[in-house]
Amino acid sequence: MPNCKTAVPYKGTPAQEERLRKVIEEHKGQPGATMPVLQAAQEIFGYLPEEVQIMVAEGLDIPLSEVYGVATFYSFFSLNPKGKYQISVCLGTACYVKGSADVLSAVEQKLSITPGGITSDGLFSLDACRCIGACGLAPVMMINDDVYGRLTPAQVGPILDKYIKMG
Amino acid sequence: MNHVRCHVMVCAGTGCTSSESPKVLAAFEKEIKAHKLQDEVRIVKTGCFGLCSQGPIVMIFPEGACYSKVTELDVPEIVSEHIVKGRIVTRLLHMEGDEGKSATSLSDTQFYKHQLRIALRNCGVINPESIDEYLGADGYTALERILTEQTPPQEIIDCLKKSGLRGRGGAGFSTGLKWQFTHDAVSEDGVKYVCCNADEGDPGAFMDRSVLEGDPFSVIEAMTIAGYTIGSNQGYIYIRAEYPIAVKRLEIAIGQARKYGLLGKNILGSDFSFDIELRLGAGAFVCGEETALMTSIEGHRGEPRPRPPFPANKGLFGKPTLLNNVETYANITWILNNGWEKFAAIGTEKSKGTKVFALGGKITNTGLVEIPMGTTLRTIVEDIGGGCPNGKKFKAAQTGGPSGGCIPAELIDTPIDYDSLTAIGSMMGSGGLIVMDEDNCMVDIAKFFLEFCVDESCGKCAPCRIGTKRLYDLLCKITDGKGTLEDLDTIEELCYHLKSSALCALGQSAPNPVLSTLRYFRDEYVAHVVEKRCPAGVCRNLLRYEIDPGKCKGCTLCAKNCPVGAITGAVKAPHIIDQNKCIKCGLCQSNCRFDAITKR
Repeated sequence: MPNCKTAVPYKGTPAQEERLRKVIEEHKGQPGATMPVLQAAQEIFGYLPEEVQIMVAEGLDIPLSEVYGVATFYSFFSLNPKGKYQISVCLGTACYVKGSADVLSAVEQKLSITPGGITSDGLFSLDACRCIGACGLAPVMMINDDVYGRLTPAQVGPILDKYIKMG
Repeated sequence: MNHVRCHVMVCAGTGCTSSESPKVLAAFEKEIKAHKLQDEVRIVKTGCFGLCSQGPIVMIFPEGACYSKVTELDVPEIVSEHIVKGRIVTRLLHMEGDEGKSATSLSDTQFYKHQLRIALRNCGVINPESIDEYLGADGYTALERILTEQTPPQEIIDCLKKSGLRGRGGAGFSTGLKWQFTHDAVSEDGVKYVCCNADEGDPGAFMDRSVLEGDPFSVIEAMTIAGYTIGSNQGYIYIRAEYPIAVKRLEIAIGQARKYGLLGKNILGSDFSFDIELRLGAGAFVCGEETALMTSIEGHRGEPRPRPPFPANKGLFGKPTLLNNVETYANITWILNNGWEKFAAIGTEKSKGTKVFALGGKITNTGLVEIPMGTTLRTIVEDIGGGCPNGKKFKAAQTGGPSGGCIPAELIDTPIDYDSLTAIGSMMGSGGLIVMDEDNCMVDIAKFFLEFCVDESCGKCAPCRIGTKRLYDLLCKITDGKGTLEDLDTIEELCYHLKSSALCALGQSAPNPVLSTLRYFRDEYVAHVVEKRCPAGVCRNLLRYEIDPGKCKGCTLCAKNCPVGAITGAVKAPHIIDQNKCIKCGLCQSNCRFDAITKR
């Protein structure tokens, strides 16, 4: 299960925690506040470790179980930290029929990780996503905000090497 | 005000942005300034033109010249030749696939000739980040008329009913009736809600995103009219967080509308108040289902609830709620401005108006098309889409995403409307249309959609949670070459059980891709089971890569690239693949320069 509790220790700074407290204050008491607060929390910390979930639950005065329930239901929320370079290979239908499964396995082989995982040096994390909407460029892979379109499995190695070099 | 003699429209939709249209835009701004033309040439950042595979797209008016695949390096030439000297740069004009003819205006092209743009009427025409441009394109005339004349809500509802507009989100329920039910519903404290479903989760579909990126005000105006009609003061737009550009444009649009007094308290000086809040989805396909969407806005796990009660009576926060999807809203002001008669004149007997499709997969012109209901699949695939690339044979089209089915090549003359699609085992769905050619394995496609449903099943009801997984396991057994003919019967039986017992539309429609491929491509299933062969050469465990000793030059490139060391052979002598070691990754084949490796 890729979205289980992370082994990486919590490294939140007081400044980040202060930002989160402000967001919680703004949303407190509003109906349906859990999701906007968790989305903001993920933006602040990059992921949702247990410590952050506890802060949200206590701040909004709702059970931790409910926060955990919401955080694990939606694929956008991650309980694990992401790599410096976040790779997402699109497995939407348009990309899939154009061979994105082969692109994904080329990335998996090159980095020895599977979707949901992160390399041991923290450089790359890999996700399979469903449609980023660039169907005209299928098959598509995104590394952070860079879009690579019309990919073949053979192009994957050189592209990743570029990022490895940058470190 | 200066006279603007020329408009440069640069597409800023997601497709073109991914092909680096922001750089093209910046280059135009720089060049126009360098030629000191900024007073007579206006650069407009527009929404999607639809020709996403040819992006970035630039259109220049008054000529209406359509340039495709423009890079920042082309910009100086376009400016100095076309804009300064008035000579169109033919080298960069969008070319038609087969005839090699270049079109100087968009409406001449095969791609646009068959289209009729109602929902997309402003996409690519106005700057989506400017309310003034929307106002200039007859925006807000409908709302203004309704508020100043105090049109009775029943009149608006009757107009929608007579237009024959049906929900564009998939199920195709009459929009007028939906408005009627919510209008008639009694709320104890008077609170009702208007919601917009922009959680376009169908992989391979991007109609709603393009409407929101290209014309966000049309949706906001329609929601405001809906608020007036059913008696609501609060709207919610539930949009996927995966659509950052659409979210940003909506935020800008809502802000501008508030500033102009078109959202907020006492709109246009009337006693009607209405405001809209954005809620971001977080990547759950099931939240496109109406009750799940509302549970999600309420801040919980997006699990559906049984109906009745329907949202019209008991929806968001337990109040009567009107929920339509983006494309439905985009049609509303057009109908109110042009009259229901004009809308009802388009389309077939039971499906009126137009439908937007996101054309993708193995097709030359990938992109966004809007066609009158009743247009045949052949027109869409062959004329508008330009057929399958590389001379491959069209095999099937898939509509409706994970809830829809495959339409085989022999049914290519089927008219596209709600009822014809349901009759052949597919469905309209939200508008994804994926084309597949002879290289696509239909069992694999069915497995792909089922895997999606297994992932996205919320887990609330057992038929969907367990049934989709069992179906997926059975399909894996077949693609692994371990299936039996009895499995095919079990699959069919399980499909019918799932259809009849799942709680929401996700589970009820999850078997559709399996049932429709079994119906039209049973021979492919049988080939996997009996001959242990994948006719399209996709299913890995049934494949064999072999080296043709006649063609192999012994260059060793394949052996070097093989990740598991399965290829051996001396330099300049034919190589051999050890089938026991081979993991069928295909790297050897894609690296071979002599076409010596075959896949069977």
